Amino acid sequence: MTFQIKETPEIFDVVIVGSGAGGGMAAYTLTKAGAKVCLLEAGSYYDPADPQYITQMKNPWESPRRGASSTRPFGDFDAAYGGWQIEGEPYSAVKGTEFHWFRSRMLGGRTNHWGRISLRFGPNDFKRGSLTGIGDDWPIGYDDLKPFYDKTDKLIGIFGSVENIYNEPDGIYLPPPPMRLHEHFIKKAGTNLKIPVIPSRLSILTRPINNERGSCFYCNQCSRGCNKYADFSSSSVLVIPAMKTGNLTLINHAMVREVLTDQATGLATGVSYVDTKTMAEVSVRAKRVVLGASACESARLLLNSKSARFPQGLANTSGVIGKYLNDSTGASRSAFVPSLMNRDRYNEDGVGGSHIYSPWWLDNNKLDFARGYHIEYGGGMGMPGYGFGMGMHNNNGKYPYPNGEKLPAGGYGSRLREDVNRFYGAHIGMAGRGEPIPLETNYCEIDPGKVDKYGIPTLRFHYKWSDHEIKQAKHMQDTFEELIIEMGGIPLGNKPGADTNYGLEAPGKIIHEIGTVRMGDNPNRSALNKYQQAHDVKNLFVVDAGPFVSQGDKNVTWTILASSMRTSEYIIDQVKANKI
Amino acid sequence: MKRRDLIKNITLTSVGLATAQVLPAQTENIAAGKPKKQKSNYGRTPDEIKRDEKLASETFFTPGEMAVITRLCDIILPAEGTSPSAVQVGVPAFIEFIAKDMPYQQVPLRGGIMWLENYSRKLFGKSFVAITPANQMTIVDAIAYPELATPAVSAGVAFFNLMRDLTLTGFYTTEAGFEDLGYVGNRPNNWEGPPAEVLKKFNF
Repeated sequence: MTFQIKETPEIFDVVIVGSGAGGGMAAYTLTKAGAKVCLLEAGSYYDPADPQYITQMKNPWESPRRGASSTRPFGDFDAAYGGWQIEGEPYSAVKGTEFHWFRSRMLGGRTNHWGRISLRFGPNDFKRGSLTGIGDDWPIGYDDLKPFYDKTDKLIGIFGSVENIYNEPDGIYLPPPPMRLHEHFIKKAGTNLKIPVIPSRLSILTRPINNERGSCFYCNQCSRGCNKYADFSSSSVLVIPAMKTGNLTLINHAMVREVLTDQATGLATGVSYVDTKTMAEVSVRAKRVVLGASACESARLLLNSKSARFPQGLANTSGVIGKYLNDSTGASRSAFVPSLMNRDRYNEDGVGGSHIYSPWWLDNNKLDFARGYHIEYGGGMGMPGYGFGMGMHNNNGKYPYPNGEKLPAGGYGSRLREDVNRFYGAHIGMAGRGEPIPLETNYCEIDPGKVDKYGIPTLRFHYKWSDHEIKQAKHMQDTFEELIIEMGGIPLGNKPGADTNYGLEAPGKIIHEIGTVRMGDNPNRSALNKYQQAHDVKNLFVVDAGPFVSQGDKNVTWTILASSMRTSEYIIDQVKANKI
Repeated sequence: MKRRDLIKNITLTSVGLATAQVLPAQTENIAAGKPKKQKSNYGRTPDEIKRDEKLASETFFTPGEMAVITRLCDIILPAEGTSPSAVQVGVPAFIEFIAKDMPYQQVPLRGGIMWLENYSRKLFGKSFVAITPANQMTIVDAIAYPELATPAVSAGVAFFNLMRDLTLTGFYTTEAGFEDLGYVGNRPNNWEGPPAEVLKKFNF
């Protein structure tokens, strides 16, 4: 270990912290425009096409635990390095509150394993305060982001269908894949119940869009990263192409400690980081600093960048940094569908994820909760992995065999093979993902006296759901049961009730956290202006989901990408105008 | 249920997946606490390789415990037609690995074996593996059917449920399991929806 502080000789045009959706898009846009960019990533290098990293197309027996989640939270074959707990990088929560913080330490961050659900925010999603009296409006509207959503669609590729639903704006789509069998069942049930069921909108290439990337070969494994680059990961689609411009200096294993500032001018001058391999301290000088470290990590970095001039942390005159932390709500239910027993066998893998979803269809003015949710669906004849066949004794006594005979639940021997075979592909699942109310009282802050293994002060969370989210989860559970019963299914387990907040997942479990470095027009109530530029420090920008005022019920990645592209183009314009 | 010729070419290399041919040797190795060297070929990080290797180098169950696990696996999924048994595809070794990988499984598994051994001695005066197959089935029949079992053997029911769970997962995550199930995915294709005759059957 060395305590000598190294300094890179070059002064970069821009230094970017984090290589996920926000940092990757900034690196791509800025290097393509000719800027000399340094990109810092806390984790290792990762390329889904490099055999040393590949988990795609592996069979379950290649893992001694058959893909179980003992090591990686979503199983051995999931592409994300890291998880809700990382050794040596702790966080805490104030007693009586809860937050689970998922971090991926790798090139591309969490975009390597995400669900590729790529929804645009709708016009109403930017105007929550004025439309509902609860929450705040964004300083921008849908029309400000629309050109960047369009460009993102074309650059990255997305499939979907034009539906003309006002608050679910259509994009520029590749053809969606046909429905799987259970998805036909769900669509029919939804239609009968007047719940819309439409093709998913996923950033997966059902057709080739350029020569650098292949198209989908339908292995159902986007969460493992794609060796043909046929889905969107920041690593394969943004950072690796940015490296090919010759303008990008990528530094892996760089855990950023603070943003450096000139105390005279108050401008950012670069960042300092810990080389996690050698524990050396290194500083990178740059004319502009862009943070895309993730909502909570960017907030932590700013709060840790204290100086005489910025005693509350950098860009935090408003005191708002860390506040308004919010994650999507989530609740789910699974079911058994007897008419899907004894299925004909065929390859039903499809793309990675559901081919259908239900966008929010009701009017919250007529409900006892203020925000909507969408429903994602699962099922089909998937690849067996750890957990396959478990719980057979809960099911196999209930349904007669083809000869009309019923046997007592459980058992052993030859019947179990028949049970596994007759039940295969007869289970479905559904999960709601809902919009939460961003609250000032839900926040992250620096945990007094606590540091991680790099000596960087850690975060303490304070997060509680409000009644709006709990009632929304109750509504989800009612809807799930209606859908299941309508398709002739049998809901599994007991219906989650008030004792479990209706199955509402703990904050952080859905991994859609946003809001900790708010943007707004009023510098007393926000950290960033409408270009995600710090009110206090004009050459400092945030391009992850930290700036977002709210998140709709729309998974936020596509909005991170569009916003980061918009901010990057703004930076280019400002540089050309000699303003930063 | 469809059956295919499947056992001919089982050539699996990972730990826990002996071929039918090498089975006796592997059983001996496990019994003697000599695990096979783990090969990491599924995109592991350096830390994960270390953890896998450490687990592979450890032994959890005693030879006596492994004998009980092996016998139960054989009862739960014996060979049928051309499909091999759970033991033939290495499920006991898989269960041993899971016990090491998931420490929360250790007490239910070891304790369950102890319960079974005690019950066997009470009823028949000997260890479960030493009693006659008929007597073994008397015990299994008492604990294999949760809704019929008496409350007095509820611990045995829970253990048998766990063994059934792990045996089914262990078997169906092998090549032989894929064959038995008729799983035909995990290969490149062009998805055009379910076959027309399937959609027709359900009026879609």
